Amino acid sequence: MATLLAPEDFSPGEDAMALNKAFEGWGTDEKTIIWILGHRNADQRKQIRLAYQEIYLEDLIKKLKYELSGDFERAVCHWILDPVEREAVLAYEAIIKNYRPDYRVILETALTKSAEELLTVKRTYQFLYKRSLEEDVASHTAGDMRKFLVAVVSVYRYEGEEIEEEVAHSEANILGDEIQGGGGSGGGCGGGALKGAEEIIRILSTRSKPQLLATFNYYKQIHGTSITKSLGGDPADEFSAALRAAIQCIKNPKRYLQKVVSHSMNRVGTEEDALSRVIVTRAEKDLKEMKDVYLEKTGRSLDDAVASETTGDYKAFLLTLLGNQDYF
Amino acid sequence: MALSDEFQALTKSFSGFGVDEKSMISVLGKWHKDDIKSYRKESPHFVQDDRLFEKWVDPRVAFLEHEFLRFKNAVVLWTMHPWERDARLMKEALDGQAYGVIIEVACTRSSEELLGARRAYHSLFDHSIEEDVASRVNDSHRKLLVGLVSSYRYEGTKVQEAIAKSEAKILFAAKKNADKKNPIEDEEVVRIVTTRSKPHLKAIFKHCKEINEDVDDESILAKTMQCLCTPQTYFSKVLDASLCHGADENTKKALTRVIVTRADEEDMKAIKEEYHKQHGVSLSKNIDDVVNGNFKDFLLTLIARGD
Repeated sequence: MATLLAPEDFSPGEDAMALNKAFEGWGTDEKTIIWILGHRNADQRKQIRLAYQEIYLEDLIKKLKYELSGDFERAVCHWILDPVEREAVLAYEAIIKNYRPDYRVILETALTKSAEELLTVKRTYQFLYKRSLEEDVASHTAGDMRKFLVAVVSVYRYEGEEIEEEVAHSEANILGDEIQGGGGSGGGCGGGALKGAEEIIRILSTRSKPQLLATFNYYKQIHGTSITKSLGGDPADEFSAALRAAIQCIKNPKRYLQKVVSHSMNRVGTEEDALSRVIVTRAEKDLKEMKDVYLEKTGRSLDDAVASETTGDYKAFLLTLLGNQDYF
Repeated sequence: MALSDEFQALTKSFSGFGVDEKSMISVLGKWHKDDIKSYRKESPHFVQDDRLFEKWVDPRVAFLEHEFLRFKNAVVLWTMHPWERDARLMKEALDGQAYGVIIEVACTRSSEELLGARRAYHSLFDHSIEEDVASRVNDSHRKLLVGLVSSYRYEGTKVQEAIAKSEAKILFAAKKNADKKNPIEDEEVVRIVTTRSKPHLKAIFKHCKEINEDVDDESILAKTMQCLCTPQTYFSKVLDASLCHGADENTKKALTRVIVTRADEEDMKAIKEEYHKQHGVSLSKNIDDVVNGNFKDFLLTLIARGD
């Protein structure tokens, strides 16, 4: 369920005018921006953008980029986008903007969606950037990471519920061979280097999700430990980390995203991009369930965590998206 | 017609590319038992059995079956939805390890057409084509084939010329190095060929030709580039091979496949022109000479559409 609280009745024209008023003068009235935009759903935000363009002959997003700054600005500018457009923009920024592409964003984009949803994101990406998502991912990555990420964004997975038990069993064994090759003998030894990557990439990036879940179950049965544990925890090995992230995301997307959020607030200094990304992309979908998972796993409410780890307008905005009415 | 001429006519109608129904009807329809018996004794399609009767040679019956089925196969393929058509063609090619056909379908269709075929594949075979190709192709072709069937290329005209130039050098270098490393196992080659847009690849192809005249050869990479950049050249070659005397079944099947799948496309006009350019005769004339019966008439009608 969504955490976003948006009124049934609203006037895009009035909102556009109120926003424009918030931009006027010396500073910016961030509270109004948060109050309005933080309480509008995708369709309403679209209408506001159109109204703003009509009345003021300006792109609202450009205006927001100009008037706001920092994490707050990034969060609001992502929030205001239409959800599919947002996914394409986040993917683009993850690939192009940094020195090294943020594989987590690419995996989230590809694996938390149905096959058709991913397709829509890819079409939007092509429309916005005049290139395909695949070619950009491919040309900015190398080696096993490239093979994996390109395969994961290219696949059009079969979405039936059927499972082939024999295949799941044999592929669990194949995975075991590739993973356990470096570590020690027998089950339970994580942290060894992968013997190879071909088969694990093939299986993870082509099999249907139900098929993969069956395979992971067999893996645990055969090797006595979960596949993610077997892949070890050497943080320097980015490729293994990407594999683990992908597997966790496939097994339980909500739990995976909850972990992303937890980690983002775990370190010295919060990783705002990751925190914003999850909250902004899930506020209209299933952030409520994620809050439940967060509480269950950490013993703390997500609202409390965000309130203590972030500050200022950025904090107010996130808390609004989380469904807090009484923050003001 | 004298009996010996009729014998010849009948033998011909049993032996060619497609069957000559009219000839069979007019000859066989009026023969007496004795004429037929004489035919059996003389014809290479029959052999004397120990128990004193002339028996059909089994391989000849199988051959006839293929030839009779050509028209039916063409009709069924033609009436099929293009998505189902392409999905079935790729499945059959995968089962028969005819990787050239997989490359042909994956590279000569538009992004949306290929996507449609992938959807149909889900419905027909309860798997994605990616997982089937990935799990069943175990040799050097795997990376290329999986990449090609998974592609969803950008279809706009915008091309980054500088990048095209540098990627042409990469492809060229891989070709030169072919005796040490198979180009289709080169990561960069696979990246370029399976993710770049067709206009971009055409620009690369142009640069490659500038670096070195001899770009066309029989390698898989060359075939792939041909399908992506100059499909009419590729199709013209395949059609010509299918019409050669003594071609094997896989090569002959291409005639139906190419004509049925390209008949409604812009391609067919370009293919006919290219064919004429390459071989000095029109495609229709060659088909008329080599192919028989209803099968021939159907193909000629398909080719003539849009004229």
